[in-house]
Amino acid sequence: MSSKSLDYENLNENVKKCQYAVRGELYLRASELQKEGKKIIFTNVGNPHALGQKPLTFPRQVVALCQAPFLLDDPNVGLVFPADAIARAKHYLSMTSGGLGAYSDSRGLPGIRKEVAEFIERRDGYPSDPELIFLTGGASIGVMQILNTIIRGAHDGILVPVPQYPLYSATISLLGGSFVPYYLEETANWGLDIGNLRQSVTQARSQGITISVLNVALAYLVYLCICDKVRAMVIINPGNPTGQCLSEANLKKDTITPYIEILFNAHPFMLLQWRRYTRFSISLSPNVSGQIFMGLMVSPPKPGDISYERYVRESKGILESLRRRARIMTDGFNSCRNVVCNFTEGAMYSFPQIRLPPKAIEAAKSAGKVADVFYCLKLLEATGISTVPGSGFGQKEGVFHLRTTILPAEEDMPAIMASFNKFNDEFMEQYETRGLFKDVKRNGETSTCCLHKLASPEKQLASPPSLIPTFM
Amino acid sequence: MASTPLTLDTINPKVLECEYAVRGEIVILAQKISHLPLIIIIIMLCSQILYCNIGNPQSLGQQPITFFREVLALCDHPALLEKAETRGLFSADSIERASEILHQIPGRATGAYSHSQGIKGLRDKIAAGIEARDGYPADPNDIFLTDGASPAVHTMMQLLIRSKNDGILCPIPQYPLYSASIALHGGTLVPYYLNEAAGWGLEIAELKNQLETAKSKGINVRALVVINPGNPTGQVLAENNQKQIVDFCKDEGLVLLADEVYQENIYVPDKQFQSFKKVARSMGYGEKDISLVSFQSVSKGYYGECGKRGGYMEVTGFSPEIREQIYKLASVNLCSNISGQILASLVMNPPKVGDESYESYLAEKHAILSSLARRAKQLEDAFNSLKGVTCNRAEGAMYLFPNIDLPKRAIEAAKAVNTAPDAFYARRLLNATGIVVVPGSGFGQVPGTWHFRCTILPQEDKIPAIVSRLTKFHKGFMDEFCD
Repeated sequence: MSSKSLDYENLNENVKKCQYAVRGELYLRASELQKEGKKIIFTNVGNPHALGQKPLTFPRQVVALCQAPFLLDDPNVGLVFPADAIARAKHYLSMTSGGLGAYSDSRGLPGIRKEVAEFIERRDGYPSDPELIFLTGGASIGVMQILNTIIRGAHDGILVPVPQYPLYSATISLLGGSFVPYYLEETANWGLDIGNLRQSVTQARSQGITISVLNVALAYLVYLCICDKVRAMVIINPGNPTGQCLSEANLKKDTITPYIEILFNAHPFMLLQWRRYTRFSISLSPNVSGQIFMGLMVSPPKPGDISYERYVRESKGILESLRRRARIMTDGFNSCRNVVCNFTEGAMYSFPQIRLPPKAIEAAKSAGKVADVFYCLKLLEATGISTVPGSGFGQKEGVFHLRTTILPAEEDMPAIMASFNKFNDEFMEQYETRGLFKDVKRNGETSTCCLHKLASPEKQLASPPSLIPTFM
Repeated sequence: MASTPLTLDTINPKVLECEYAVRGEIVILAQKISHLPLIIIIIMLCSQILYCNIGNPQSLGQQPITFFREVLALCDHPALLEKAETRGLFSADSIERASEILHQIPGRATGAYSHSQGIKGLRDKIAAGIEARDGYPADPNDIFLTDGASPAVHTMMQLLIRSKNDGILCPIPQYPLYSASIALHGGTLVPYYLNEAAGWGLEIAELKNQLETAKSKGINVRALVVINPGNPTGQVLAENNQKQIVDFCKDEGLVLLADEVYQENIYVPDKQFQSFKKVARSMGYGEKDISLVSFQSVSKGYYGECGKRGGYMEVTGFSPEIREQIYKLASVNLCSNISGQILASLVMNPPKVGDESYESYLAEKHAILSSLARRAKQLEDAFNSLKGVTCNRAEGAMYLFPNIDLPKRAIEAAKAVNTAPDAFYARRLLNATGIVVVPGSGFGQVPGTWHFRCTILPQEDKIPAIVSRLTKFHKGFMDEFCD
């Protein structure tokens, strides 16, 4: 028999390069431990229902009815489902030709795209065209489809914030494009880092590129565009993992040649639409249940609807709890030794910076691990808390973070933060004072005494960031 | 400020290259027509548009299997299980099955991301279903649940194709997901022609010939795609044919990509579906002998749940390193939709004898499959009665792929308007009758031959009208263009 046709050696290189830490090493180790019987708190991914958050009632009622339309003919259906859910199910079913089981238009049901466009218009105060809406099986697919359209090869760069949700780096790797980072500045609440851009321009100059600069940030980005290195810019707002909400001024400054603008200015516009449609049409259509959930999300129950009160109570309850948990977590991290944490303004994550002592970094190296992976593995083994190391998202060299979610149940939060604090104290104790214990001979007996504790944590020197962050 | 607009010149050229005729030009034209003011439609057409272009049964009136939808509804809204009134609305075994499924999902949370391969309990059920079907064991860890079979096909192409020098053997005619996916991933499609004169038979000599030709051009052929039952061709492979194919892949070190989504659509008593895995195992070949991927979907069969997006691939005969890479790719999108996962487990493990819903389930299944068989025969006979048209029988799947001997003058007329001759015919057919088919050039065909693909899915009561309109149109077309 000839050797296997598909083995690691002859695998597509882009697949090898692609990394996605959210379900990477830490998660796999956590799953192993869970199988062995250890209680694991999965805070590696933004998966609210897995941590006890309850689904909203109204959407589930509507989709259940759409799933089993024969219920609508049953005289007793009103005993189990409220009238507005029944009406809404009929409304969405009428938009389909064949219910949930038929492929829809490749862009999604026109009726739902219309609801989405109307929602966008109400939210933004500017018109939105349903023909430019493509419903997708989750946002990730949409990201991948667009990047697939843009990236032709390694000379096509995509500007991505660092730290970033690693869908972007993973997809850019898979498509063979170039990841062009723009660093967010932690000390400025994760705003755009001008210092980094200045450095990059210096680097560009050293390569013989001349730039006359008034605004460094703008110039760097223009340079990249002129050299055809950059085709699009990713902005995650609210940020993941960083949680910051960009101000309006920020957005106006930072949004240079946004992708949507490119599309509007493109010639010939309609043929381009056709090409994107072809790419989407190969997957035939996004799942229809998901489309209906999207419709329900953009047009929830209104005041006066039977289900309105309950809907508001449920959604407000969840959001207010998330806000409280964000606070508990941020404060909790900030009270830990060698840990600083920006407040979670939005999204679902906390991204504390852990100032790892040099001895810990050394120990990590000896264990063949990146320093924050080492820390997170120890955290997992000690407490069952499964996080994602900051290296999975990108960070400045020599600066370490971990990402956790704010999703564990509110009543569990204090215990989780206490557990983290205890572990962190012990870790810092171990690696800050290790090597400072001296064996003392007294009266022929050896005993150990601690020379001194460090008065303050050692400052981590942030070295100039490299342009290509390495994601482990 | 410089801007880099995204134009046809600067878009990813692989996106430009990929074509998907099933929702291509003809269909878009049909949709445009259907949006015109009513009065114009009445003038242009005798009656409404009949979409025979896509295997989308429920859009043409096929009903879903009741038991499956009951279970799905309960899983979508588990709070129903706490209400006493629910017992009056749902069958007892659907309540039981939904409860069993929810028990296998951590926190009974059907809204949570699952394991990236799909919920373990559901994979266990699917593996058990595969084992019951084949008589050979299946491992739940070999199952990757996906949003339909298409994403699974894309994943395999992504792994296999490094550059244009990597080739994938595909049947001609083929379902254009394969040609599109290969183009999108920058590989080369290596065609092998099915033999129309022999009922669309797959000949090993042809495979070997095409493989050698590709190699001589410097192409590394990595895999063989086999669609069984075939799409668009509908043939069901004979077992010894399958054995030859297995040996071919084993000897040449090719990954066998077995598209088996139509496994429940067999209409002829003299043929049976055998999975490639079953055939390989029956030949004594195990994990070390052959790399094999089987694709299955909830969109076809008698369930026809296209819009739910459910399916899986069963991956056997790969190294642990490759398995890790497949897992990694699956993890970037976190997981496939849960409802689709549940449906896949129901399809592979339907009601059994003795279950409360068994009789009604069986009746629904039987009604759908026997109706499909009848429609397949009616349309096959209708095509064969047309002048210059020959049509192989649909042994399985959901399509007919008649061959039209287009007159020389029709071919010239098509060229004059810059259209492929079969597309020219299809466009005329649409304009005259409202019937939407897909030109054969969308699937590939022996050069100089013309076909179109027509589904067997319009409801039985519509078939006579389709046949009469088609017959009338065809006669008119041939009268116009024959010498």
